[in-house]
Amino acid sequence: MIKELFYFLIFPGMIFSVVVGGVLSWSDRKITARVQFRKGPPFLQPFYDLGKLFYKETILPRHGARLTFLAAPVFALFSATLANVFILLPSVFPGSGFSGDLIVVFYLLTIPSLTYLLGALASGNPLGALGASREMKLIISYELAFILALTAIVIKSGMSLSISDIIAAQQEGGVFAGSLSGVLLFVVILFVTQAKLALVPFDMSEAETEIAHGVFIEYSGSAYALIKMARYVMLFALPALMVTLLLGGFGMEGISILWSVLKLILIILLITLIRNTNPRLRIDQAMKFFFLWMNLLAVAAIVLSLINI
Amino acid sequence: MDEPVGCGSNCAFVDKHLKIKKLGLGSYCFKKSLWVFHFGGASCNNCDIEILDCLTPRYDIERFGMQLVGTIRHADVLLVSGSINRKCRDRLLELYNQAPKPLLVVAFGACGCTGGIFAEGNTFAGPVDKIIPVDAYIPGCPPKPEAILAGIVKLLNK
Repeated sequence: MIKELFYFLIFPGMIFSVVVGGVLSWSDRKITARVQFRKGPPFLQPFYDLGKLFYKETILPRHGARLTFLAAPVFALFSATLANVFILLPSVFPGSGFSGDLIVVFYLLTIPSLTYLLGALASGNPLGALGASREMKLIISYELAFILALTAIVIKSGMSLSISDIIAAQQEGGVFAGSLSGVLLFVVILFVTQAKLALVPFDMSEAETEIAHGVFIEYSGSAYALIKMARYVMLFALPALMVTLLLGGFGMEGISILWSVLKLILIILLITLIRNTNPRLRIDQAMKFFFLWMNLLAVAAIVLSLINI
Repeated sequence: MDEPVGCGSNCAFVDKHLKIKKLGLGSYCFKKSLWVFHFGGASCNNCDIEILDCLTPRYDIERFGMQLVGTIRHADVLLVSGSINRKCRDRLLELYNQAPKPLLVVAFGACGCTGGIFAEGNTFAGPVDKIIPVDAYIPGCPPKPEAILAGIVKLLNK
């Protein structure tokens, strides 16, 4: 019991994930600033933001469902943290985890987006409702591509649903991203990650210049701080999932820690560069992109991995 | 009002009373991460363009942790530019009441500080400090980006 609480609250759970996610969020903002020839924020900026948000007043909507409005960020943070624990535990303690934890992680990673849209609908704000409707369409479009990509990974690992078995299969037969089907899967999961994090080509649900932060429009103070924390954790959890499933997982002995950090930074760099070189898509364009192209790539990857290419 | 700060042809004034406490981790973080909501009254758009100048590589206010946000619920600074006429007045009051406190209010440009050339107009509803309490004044028509940064630094050091 104490051990599980330690895993959830301290390492690799909440405190560790929020700190690492905050640092990744800083690197995202810093890379963005360098791309635009600016100087960028100081290193502790994500933590200043959190401290400030906890210091500010929280305003509840008068004509909304207040309990749902306040519960949504809590559920978002807890499910993102839990997903991160299940992703990181097999790397930190080899052999841990259980058969089927890949499916649990898949569901837990959906919950934050779901709670954002529930909170936005509970606030009773029309722009929030608009953002929530876009978020809903986005979830519908990327989840199919994501589950198809996970299916291909399960096939490649020899029909195993456990993350530690997937890591073990990559340690024996080379990383999955080294094969042709692995490259296709890398592209699919990279764009799904981009959409799940609501970064620029797919940020139509919050679009601060268009619908004024959409799903987050009514959140202020501590509630918004919890949402920020959930977003930091997701910024860590999704690249960590990509590293685990496609790039051979995190090594935790000696020099391989450095190698793990480099893999994580490579994915953050790719996400940030995509976000800085693309305009925002309309929601129908995003749905067409995922339903047609990403599903096509994922199905091609399944076929290729069935014949071991 | 305090002593003016020299910066080219423009100056920045900061009021003595601030609503945030000086000590404590929360207020320290508050000063390091100001999110700005921009309210344009009946502005001629010149001030608005100078505000966008502060986001460019040459000035880059993200160095100080500042961001422009799209909704008043996330705002720490309410930046009011343009002359406030009778239509804008109620909206400005509503925004001030909807904002989570502590909130800093900055009156921006000649119109925001005094009314400028519109002060005698028959639709003019008073400069910003007649409607809501103001923490800093940044005069100029429009203020230079250097003057904006000087005003912000005075606001942070209060």
